[in-house]
Amino acid sequence: MAENSIKVGMADLKQTHHPGVLVTLGLGSCVGIMLYDRKTKNIGLAHIMLPWSHQAKNNTNKAKFADTGIRQLCELMLESGCRKGSIIAKIAGGAQMFSFSQGSDTIRIGQRNVEATREVLRELGIPIVSDDTGGNYGRTIECYSDDGRMMVRTIGYGVHYI
Amino acid sequence: MDISLLNAFHLDILKEIGNIGAGNAATALAKLLDKKVDMKVPQIRIMGFSDVNEVLGGAETPVVGILLEVLGDITGYILFVLEQDAACFLVNILMGNPINQEMEYNEITLSALKEVGNILTGSYLSALSTLTGLRIMPDVPALAIDMAGAILSVPAIELGKTTDTVLYIETEFIQGTDKVIGDFFLVPDADSYIRLLNTLGAMC
Repeated sequence: MAENSIKVGMADLKQTHHPGVLVTLGLGSCVGIMLYDRKTKNIGLAHIMLPWSHQAKNNTNKAKFADTGIRQLCELMLESGCRKGSIIAKIAGGAQMFSFSQGSDTIRIGQRNVEATREVLRELGIPIVSDDTGGNYGRTIECYSDDGRMMVRTIGYGVHYI
Repeated sequence: MDISLLNAFHLDILKEIGNIGAGNAATALAKLLDKKVDMKVPQIRIMGFSDVNEVLGGAETPVVGILLEVLGDITGYILFVLEQDAACFLVNILMGNPINQEMEYNEITLSALKEVGNILTGSYLSALSTLTGLRIMPDVPALAIDMAGAILSVPAIELGKTTDTVLYIETEFIQGTDKVIGDFFLVPDADSYIRLLNTLGAMC
């Protein structure tokens, strides 16, 4: 892990100027959404747990949900001088860690998180340039501000860049 | 009631609940393995979500996780987390293999591990049931081998719909004098730990 890396916990979001590295560890059915401004090289990362804030009883923490979390991260980036037209997104996570015989809602949460993430980014007009979602395994991601690459590290499925 | 209003007395009671449940589970495991099984004093962890990943020391440590949903008067999750060498140790004893044999993850070994989860959870919950008079049952177990952080986040996500903090009652099981077998987590939802405390007359 790079020395100047900033950790983003579950239900958390951060953004930073170039040079910087944003890291989130052990994504399961959560989704990590990286926003990157290709001109200013600002980078942001949100680690969301649940799809929609209006479906939850407690929605005070905006970073917990795809809809409010991605919007908040986008606002933060615009406030620090990014232009919407040059922001791109990369997403990873949304796995199904445990497989139960009966497919209750909880269990498909990863898939629902990914669907909500895509929808919110589409509404914001931010293109998803690459992704690594689904499956049944956890992911650690590291996002680099120099070129906006995202490293995805797994157990048993290797390390790759998207 | 908000989780932040729990005082030291409430936490002591929750710890005692962990003690009683895990004590029963340790006995069951000892019988199953025909070996001495001990446990540490349970810990009550009340955490924001950003800390959940780090509970077992490293979010990226590969572990075996066995997850069961808890049903009945108390709802929530039970998660039994083992390091891979401990999982291997358990399977070798259960299957009568040499202790140091390397474990292959296949249908039989995975099923043996799930059964350990079943037995531990069943005895943990039946002790709680006897203590409180509440009806508490486990659902079928599911198993995953992956990063500790990704596995620990599963119960937290479900509870995340209603709260911003989660309460984990954690007990560590030890075989012999120092061999850690695994960590057992009872993760009741907000209504359930209040019901537990109420039933035991601790809320006034």
